[in-house]
Amino acid sequence: MPDLLEKIKTAGLVGRGGAEFPTVAKWQSVGASSDIDKYLICNASEGEIGLFKDIFILENYPEQVIDGMAQAMGYLKIKVAYFNINKKYYQRVGRLLKKICYKYRKNGFEFRFFIEEPSYIGGEETAILNSIQGLRVEPRLKPPFPTEHGLFNQPTLIHNVETLFNISLVNDDLFENRRFYCLSGEIPNPGVFNFPADWSIKKVLKESKNWPDFEFFVQIGGSASGPVLNSGQLKQRVSGAGSIEVYPKNISQKILFLRWLKFFKEESCGQCVPCREGSFQLYRLVKNCQKIDKDQILAICEVVRESSFCALGKSISIPIESYYKNIIQIR
Amino acid sequence: MKKVSVIIDNQKIIANEGENFLQIAIDQGIEIPHFCYHEDLPVEARCRTCLVEILPDKKIVTSCTLKAVSGMEIRTKSEKLSRLRKENMELLLSNHRENCPNCQNKLYCPVGEKIKEFRLKLKYRSERINKPIHKMATAAEIDPNACIACNNCVLMCQRIGVGFLKLEGHGSQVHATYKKDPEVDCIYCGQCTAHCPVNAAREQSQIAEVEKALKDKNKIVIAQAAPSIRTTIGEGFDRPSGENLTGEMYTAMRRLGFDYIFDVNMGADITTVVEAKELAKRLKGSGKLPMFTSCCPGWVKFVEFYHPELIGNLTTARSPQIHSGGAYKSWWAEKMKIDPKKIIVVSIMPCTSKKYEANNRDLFIGKLKPVDFVLTTREFITLLKKHDIDLPKLEESEVDQFGEYSGAGAIYGASGGVMESALRSAYFNITGQELDRVEFSAVRGMKGVKRAEVDFGGRKIKVAVAATVANAKILISEIKKNPNAYDYIEVMACPGGCIGGGGQPVSGTNRIIEKRIEGLYKIDGQMKIRKAHQNPIVKDYFENYIKNISPKKSNQLLYRKYKKKNKFY
Repeated sequence: MPDLLEKIKTAGLVGRGGAEFPTVAKWQSVGASSDIDKYLICNASEGEIGLFKDIFILENYPEQVIDGMAQAMGYLKIKVAYFNINKKYYQRVGRLLKKICYKYRKNGFEFRFFIEEPSYIGGEETAILNSIQGLRVEPRLKPPFPTEHGLFNQPTLIHNVETLFNISLVNDDLFENRRFYCLSGEIPNPGVFNFPADWSIKKVLKESKNWPDFEFFVQIGGSASGPVLNSGQLKQRVSGAGSIEVYPKNISQKILFLRWLKFFKEESCGQCVPCREGSFQLYRLVKNCQKIDKDQILAICEVVRESSFCALGKSISIPIESYYKNIIQIR
Repeated sequence: MKKVSVIIDNQKIIANEGENFLQIAIDQGIEIPHFCYHEDLPVEARCRTCLVEILPDKKIVTSCTLKAVSGMEIRTKSEKLSRLRKENMELLLSNHRENCPNCQNKLYCPVGEKIKEFRLKLKYRSERINKPIHKMATAAEIDPNACIACNNCVLMCQRIGVGFLKLEGHGSQVHATYKKDPEVDCIYCGQCTAHCPVNAAREQSQIAEVEKALKDKNKIVIAQAAPSIRTTIGEGFDRPSGENLTGEMYTAMRRLGFDYIFDVNMGADITTVVEAKELAKRLKGSGKLPMFTSCCPGWVKFVEFYHPELIGNLTTARSPQIHSGGAYKSWWAEKMKIDPKKIIVVSIMPCTSKKYEANNRDLFIGKLKPVDFVLTTREFITLLKKHDIDLPKLEESEVDQFGEYSGAGAIYGASGGVMESALRSAYFNITGQELDRVEFSAVRGMKGVKRAEVDFGGRKIKVAVAATVANAKILISEIKKNPNAYDYIEVMACPGGCIGGGGQPVSGTNRIIEKRIEGLYKIDGQMKIRKAHQNPIVKDYFENYIKNISPKKSNQLLYRKYKKKNKFY
C-alpha cells in the first residue's frame, strides 16, 4: 500500500488557499524527523471578499478537516496544531471543532485555537506566524520559508482548510480532484458548489444554474485580488482561490474600483510603502475625480506590482490592470 | 568568510558570500537610494526604494534583501528602475511637505537632499494621522504625522534593550508610537532620533531659547561641549567621522556670540575626582559594591525605573555637565563677581537624555539650574548653518581658562572612558602612587561588554563596562547570581558610549562610531595632563573652593541622590 506522501504526490494535490503550491513539496521540506518540535497550522482566516468556502467546509465537513490535520501530524510527527481561525468563524464553529479535536487527545495530538481578528493580511502565511507569536501582524521576509523556520522558528506546515480536507480524502482514497467554488454577484443562485477542479468558468456557471442572461464579466480567484475576465475568456478554469463573481457589464467603473481599493487601503498592513501608500493614493485618485486618470492609476499599479513586499500587496494591481486590459479595450 | 565574485553595472566586484547587494553597493560608492536600511539593524525591506534588476531576467528586487551568490549579475541603473524608485519615494514622502515648514532640520536635512537629487514633486498628499506628538519627558518627541514607518526607531529601541517603541495602525495610518504597558518606559537615550531618516523622531529643540539668550545683553552665556562632540560635528559639514575639530568648535561658539567658552571635559575631570574617591572608599568597605557609574542619565533612568533595588550601587557623583555647570555658577561666578542668576549655561551634548537631566529638580542647586539649555550635536550643527558658519573652515582657537581639561576628561565620550579615567585617579587614591602607563586597553573598543581585572598594588579590582542597557542587563544578571562578581561597572545607554549617542548626527553605524572613537583617544594621547586629579583648574576648585565652603554647599555641588521613578518621569 502506498504511503500518504506517495498518495499526495500521485493525486497532484496543490494548496487551495490561492497560491496552488504543491502540497508534496511542503511536506518534504518539513520532513518526517521526530527530533525537533514542529507545528501544523490550519489557515481558516479567509479574509478576502468573495471567499466563503472555508467556513462552508468547516460547517459541513469538520471531521474531514481535522482528520486531514491528524493525518499530517501523524505522518510528519507533529504534536501541536493551531487553528488560525477568523473570529467570526470561531463563533460559528468553534465549539464543534473543539469537540472533534478532543477525540484526538489519546493520539497525543494537541490542538490550539488562535482566534484572529478578521483581516486580509491575517491569512498570509508568515503574517499568521507573527500573529500567533504576539508580534505585529505583517508578513516576514522569505526565505527562510515557514517549512524550515516557521512558528517560534520551528518547521511549520501551513495549509488552507480545503487542502486539509483534501488530504483526508486522499488518505481515504476518495479524492477526485474537485474543488469548492464560491459563486457570488449578480446571479440567481449564489453559494458554495463542489465541482471538478478542471471545469471551465463557463461550465461552473452553467451547471450551478448561474449563467447570466445579461452582458457581464467575471472576477475569479478572490473578489478583491483576482483577475477580471470578459465573457469571451471563460473557457479557462478557475485559478487561485476558488471564487467567481459576476458583474453586469455596465457596472460603473468608479464603483467597482472603489470597492476594490477601499478594501485594499483598509486591509494593507502598512509594512511596505507601495502597498500602504499606493492603495491609499489609488483610492483617493478614484474617489476624488470626475474622470479616472488611467495613466496615473497605472503608474501606481506598476510600482505596487513590481515592488510590494508580499504577494497580497503585489496583487492590488491585478484587478485594475486586468479590467483595463480585458474589459475597457473590448467595450 | 567566503568571497564570491559578483557583477554590478558591468563591473566585477569581490564580495562576502551572502552579503546584501545594497551594502556591497554602499561600500563601493555606488548610489542606490534607501531610507530604512541600516547596516547594524535587521533588514526589513520596508521602504522599497533600493530596487535593482537581476540580470539576465531583469527581475526587480530590493537590493537590501538580495544576497550575494557567486556569479550573480545585477544592474542598478535603468529607466524602469528610476521610474519605480521615484514613484516609491513620492509615495514614501507623501506626508513630508506638510511637515517640512516646522522642521528644525531644514538646514541639515537628508530628505531635502533626496527631494532635490531625484527632483521629487511631492505630488501625493497622505492621510492625516490624528495622533498628538508624543513627548518623552523633555528629551525627545515623536510626530506620528511625519513618520514613514521605516521601523528603525523601533529596532534601535529594541537593540538598546528598552523596547519602548512600536509601530501601530494599518495602511497609511501606520506610525511609530510607544507602548502603553506601565512596566515599560523610555530612558530618553534618543537613539530613535539618531536613526530617524525623516526627523519624525527628534530632540525637543531648544535652539530658539539659546538664540534668545545669546541676544540678551543682560545675560552671560557660557558654552560647554561634551567630550564626544568634537570628533562627530564634522559629519554635519561633510567631513570624515573622527576628525578632531575642537579648536574650530571653540571659534564657532565665539562667532555665535557665547561670552565664555568652557568645556564639559573639565566637568568630566571633576566627576572623575569625586567618583574615584568614592570608589576608593567603597573598596575600603563603606558602601555597596559593585559601584556603577551614573554620568549617563539614560542608564540612571533605567536603574530608577527598572531596577530601583540597584539605586544604592550608583555612584553619588553628579554627571560632568552638572558638575561643571554648578562650578561655573558658584565658584567661577564668585571669582568673577557675577550674579549666578545672570549666567546661562548651554551644554552641547551628544544626547537627548541630557536635556532631561538638565531639567531634573534633584540636581538643582537650591533653585539654580546648573545647566539651562542643552543642544544636541545635530541642533548645534543646525544653529551653525543657520548663522552661515562653516565650521571646518574656521581658524582654531583655545578654550577659556576655566574650561581646561585633562586627557581623562577627553575620553569620557567613548564606552570605557569613564572607567579608564576613574582608574587613573583611583589608583592614585588607593596606592598613593601615580600610574606610569595610563592606558587600559581592555576597557576600550566597541565590544558590548568588556571585562577586566586591574592590579591596584596587589589588590585585584574587577571591572566591567557595558554599552547599551541590553548589555548592562547581562552584567546585572551576573551580579544577581554573584554579588561579588565586580567592584566597579560603567554603563552607557548607547552603542559605543556617548560617541554613538542619541544626539549625534543621523545615522551612526558601528563602523562610523569606531572612527569617532579613534579621534577621542588621539586627543587623550596628545595631552600633557592625562589624569583628572592633575588638572590644575580642578585642583584649584577643590583646594581653594570646595574645601572652604559649607558641607551642605559642597554636597549640593558634588553629590546627588536617586529615587524610584514612575512611567513618564
